Amino acid sequence: MASDVMTKLDPKSKAAAKGFSDLTIRNLFIIPTIVFLIVFNIFPLLYSLGYSFTDFRASTNNPAKFVGLQNYRDLLSDPFIWKNFSITAKYVLISVTGQVVVGFGLAMLLNRTLPLKGLITTLLLLPMMLSMAVVGLFWKLLYDPNFGIINYFLGLGKFEWLADPDVALWAIAIVDIWMWAPFVMLLSLAGLSAVPKHLYEAAEIDRAGSLYTFFRITLPMVAPILMIAIIFRTMEAFKTFDLAYVLSSQPTTELIAIRLYKMAFQEWQTGMSSAFAYIVLIMVVAITNIYVKYLNKVKAR
Amino acid sequence: MAGVRTPRETWTNRTAIFAVFVALVIMLTPIYWIAATAFKPRNLATTIPPTVAFTPEVSPFVKLFTKRSQLREQPTQEEYDAAPWWEKMVFDGGEKVVRNRKTGEVRSSGYGDRFKNSLIVSIISTLVAVSMGTLTAYGFSRFKVKGEDDWLFFILSTRMLPPVVVAIPMFLMYRVVGLNDTHMGLIILYTAFNLSFAVWIMKGFIDEIPKEYEEAALVDGYTRMQAFFKVVLPEALTGMAATAVLCFITAWNEYAFALIMTNRNAQTAPPYIPSQVGSGLPDWTVIAAGTLLFLIPVAIFTFLLRNHLLRGMSFGAIRK
Repeated sequence: MASDVMTKLDPKSKAAAKGFSDLTIRNLFIIPTIVFLIVFNIFPLLYSLGYSFTDFRASTNNPAKFVGLQNYRDLLSDPFIWKNFSITAKYVLISVTGQVVVGFGLAMLLNRTLPLKGLITTLLLLPMMLSMAVVGLFWKLLYDPNFGIINYFLGLGKFEWLADPDVALWAIAIVDIWMWAPFVMLLSLAGLSAVPKHLYEAAEIDRAGSLYTFFRITLPMVAPILMIAIIFRTMEAFKTFDLAYVLSSQPTTELIAIRLYKMAFQEWQTGMSSAFAYIVLIMVVAITNIYVKYLNKVKAR
Repeated sequence: MAGVRTPRETWTNRTAIFAVFVALVIMLTPIYWIAATAFKPRNLATTIPPTVAFTPEVSPFVKLFTKRSQLREQPTQEEYDAAPWWEKMVFDGGEKVVRNRKTGEVRSSGYGDRFKNSLIVSIISTLVAVSMGTLTAYGFSRFKVKGEDDWLFFILSTRMLPPVVVAIPMFLMYRVVGLNDTHMGLIILYTAFNLSFAVWIMKGFIDEIPKEYEEAALVDGYTRMQAFFKVVLPEALTGMAATAVLCFITAWNEYAFALIMTNRNAQTAPPYIPSQVGSGLPDWTVIAAGTLLFLIPVAIFTFLLRNHLLRGMSFGAIRK
């Protein structure tokens, strides 16, 4: 049977008589990638796991001294680190909420027959494809209190977007929303276009109000895809480095990734930062796990 | 029933079109502003009210590629007349081009080299990642692999790691083997994170190619390898192109690794451009020119890729 040929990994299979066996080909195709990723992603992490139990500083030649769990204990009891975590949580909340509201709103607007719809959609998607560091940097000019166009068009006078410690985090989140709302829009559009038309027709026959239709039909149908967008963006926002690093050096915008960068490459506390990286790593793997579960769930539909 | 609309629907639709228009203007203004600033004379870049109408000039691009210094004294009329058109522009901006004392050659700024580094690193890492990723995706798509889901999760999770987390040990290891600030070092890092992405996306594309094609080829006496190269690969080409573009853009835009792992020799454009702002009053026209050149390839690619963006951005989970 043909389907047997597809999955049989017997070195003596018919195809194996000439050329490589399926088993060899499978291994030849898969193993290099796995090895590559283990060597360049997993091995380095094991390497730094070792350092996380030491007081090693990469800027000196002093040999690393084993300190056990001291780094982890110091980190978890350091109030400044918790401050970084709470700043990050606030940032994730502002930016992901903003992206969902703006992105889903745009999708609702675009989910109809519009002239030049394809072109408009592509143009709206442009910000998300651009470099966060390079384009983010340019927002410094847009935000400038003296000659920035944002203050000018909003009539805000000399409003300090980036210099005011209370505002800076919001200013960064706004750029993030500008860049990534299109992502939520893209996924929401896919979700919206998959809602069966007959559901709306039925609702119309029942004279359901538009709010009712939205909450009882549209939202539940789009929810799984929207959820993917939310988890993915949460994960990315949690890791944010580029944007915040180029835009602001305020202590109030010191996200986890920035603290980690400073600890590792400016203060050269290599051992301590390795431990910190592990704490972050565990959190990211946990979110990734949720994300993949959701991906598979949506794929299975 | 098309065409029959209640007045309320027409009204909603008109409001929606208007709202889309407003959104489009807001979303594109920052990009427009980059493009406009890249063609302004320096004194018009930071004015209040903002300068919207101006005579475009290319002096920001001339300045972008040359090394300049402040003019201490005005050039003599002779010097000015002898200068080529682009040098006149630099004079007009109150600066002069720095030349090599001996040869008189114009010294270039770092931008051209950084741009070239970006190209080298992005193109090579993309080619490697897409080739390996396609093979691996085929392996996962067509053969039984023990613990397939776990392997795929493992592959994806390597991409989700925050760059700084990976960069700490990589920096130490690269220091030992001498890969810091080399193209090779950056290519390896970019290949690693693009590879995991390529496997995921390509698996979706290859899953869609009917198995019957290869089966027919196998029955016709092809080996599995021939069937893969002559039957599957041509079918997968569109997907590979889309994957390649997405990988290229990711590598092209990458900032954190480049910031940490490179400084002069292999530095790419993303860490270089922000480093030019520095302190004091930056010349925003030059930064805009550098940014614009850097964005153009991505803008073109986005347009070419528009039909594959959804699948690419959702790691192949959602297809149109």
